[in-house]
Amino acid sequence: MRTLWSAWRLPSAYRRASAWRALACVVVLLGVWELYVDLGGADPLILPAPHAIAQSLFDDRALLWSNFLVTAEEVVLGIVVAAVAALAMASVMHFFITVRQALYPLLIASQTIPIPILAPVLVLWLGFGILPKLVVIALVSFFSIVVTTLAGFASVDPDLIKLMRTFDMPRRRVFWSVELPSALPGVFTGTKIAVIVAVIGAVFAEEAGANSGLGYLFVQSIPQLLTARAYAAVVVLSLFAIALFALLTLAERLTVPWAYQPIGDPSR
Amino acid sequence: MPAKGDDGLTLAPALQAGERHDTGGVRVERVSRTFASAKGPVHALDGVSLRAGPGEIVGVVGPSGCGKTTLLELICGLQAPDAGTVASAPAALMPQRDLLLPWLSAVDNAALALRARGMGREDARATAAPWLERFGLGGFEQARPARLSGGMRQRVSFLRSLLAGKPVLALDEPFAALDAITRAEMQGWLAQVLATEPRTVVLVTHDVEEAVILSERVLVMSARPGRVVSEVTVALARPRRRTDPEVVALRETVLEALGMPT
Repeated sequence: MRTLWSAWRLPSAYRRASAWRALACVVVLLGVWELYVDLGGADPLILPAPHAIAQSLFDDRALLWSNFLVTAEEVVLGIVVAAVAALAMASVMHFFITVRQALYPLLIASQTIPIPILAPVLVLWLGFGILPKLVVIALVSFFSIVVTTLAGFASVDPDLIKLMRTFDMPRRRVFWSVELPSALPGVFTGTKIAVIVAVIGAVFAEEAGANSGLGYLFVQSIPQLLTARAYAAVVVLSLFAIALFALLTLAERLTVPWAYQPIGDPSR
Repeated sequence: MPAKGDDGLTLAPALQAGERHDTGGVRVERVSRTFASAKGPVHALDGVSLRAGPGEIVGVVGPSGCGKTTLLELICGLQAPDAGTVASAPAALMPQRDLLLPWLSAVDNAALALRARGMGREDARATAAPWLERFGLGGFEQARPARLSGGMRQRVSFLRSLLAGKPVLALDEPFAALDAITRAEMQGWLAQVLATEPRTVVLVTHDVEEAVILSERVLVMSARPGRVVSEVTVALARPRRRTDPEVVALRETVLEALGMPT
């Protein structure tokens, strides 16, 4: 419990200040948006006013919640699959330089696949269930995690490896005891980047073929002229991505606290 | 499982027959080493010889880039010489930077070399813990490196290399990263530790005074390509103080051999 507390307490003053700034920014933005729509700047069917979106968030809360649960499951499972696969892939690429040289270009190429085109193909191939969504989400998340994990492996001081060799530490143990812990902060960094694109990936995957989820709800609401509901779905998605990001930050502080040691620690 | 001495120190494993070592000492004979670099070949060492008998402390001083680190890596078997021979008992390195693992406590960092040889976690901790106490780190067993001072981190690092149980220690400018006061304290401390835990030591340093205070012999090396230009025997009783006239005189002898004004 103490660890949990100190993890939150550490930058509390800074966090409070930055939270106020972010909040103020949102309030100003919403105010301008509201005025713009109210003064007739845009058709509410195209750009609903914030108050209409807020109304939909409340009125459609049951609908939004049930569809949110579907998307949340897809995103969380997809990210977990991507993180595990990326860590394994990065480890293999770190161990075998030939594998790294062979796979790196393919990995970059995998990021250039236009997801809106790939997603319907995957649906035809894998059906309407959760599987094609997981594939899309894992595909868009995978790359950033592999790259940052590889950077984590590369951050290990070569002198440290030499030192372990003079201790006769077997290669396998060097990996588990020295290299893998060094790579963990990289896994977190990559996963934090990945959650944001994963949410977008989930929408595209649902758009291609689904009967539930926030992306599905969004796509259904537009032709029904329920624009505010579509925007409400986007708001829920954004909040979800922010929450995932914050959760990962907390998990990172608890799991790899050494990566957060303040450099100017006065106790030194 | 290596045998343990009365004081809990894991004894050095018995010397294996064959390959690189024949005694508890170090014998480097006319060794040369050249590296390829973008700017052409770099001659790090040129015909360097060094002998350290079992339990002897040999200092190596010289200007930057004279191949001192290469010499230590040859002794530790991390590199092979291009010419000449290296015969050394098993050697453990102690680097200039402490290179402690930031996610491990002081006791687990100190026990790392024991764990490297396959000792169980609890056994390794139990072996290392009394040593932390002896090294003035009692109460800091569970502290992560970020909470330790520079001198404490260097002591944990030294303990880690000592517990590797090798008869030879290759110290690569072990105190260069410390402030002057801490460095002086650590030099006195190292002399005490080596008096009770004798090891064959090759001590590479920039600090001539450090070499004179700690070593039985000091090799003076030239700038690249590294050659031994002089050897100074320090036949002085211990403990030595930096203000002793003999220490001051020998320091000047070494500085002169380095070609520096005294």
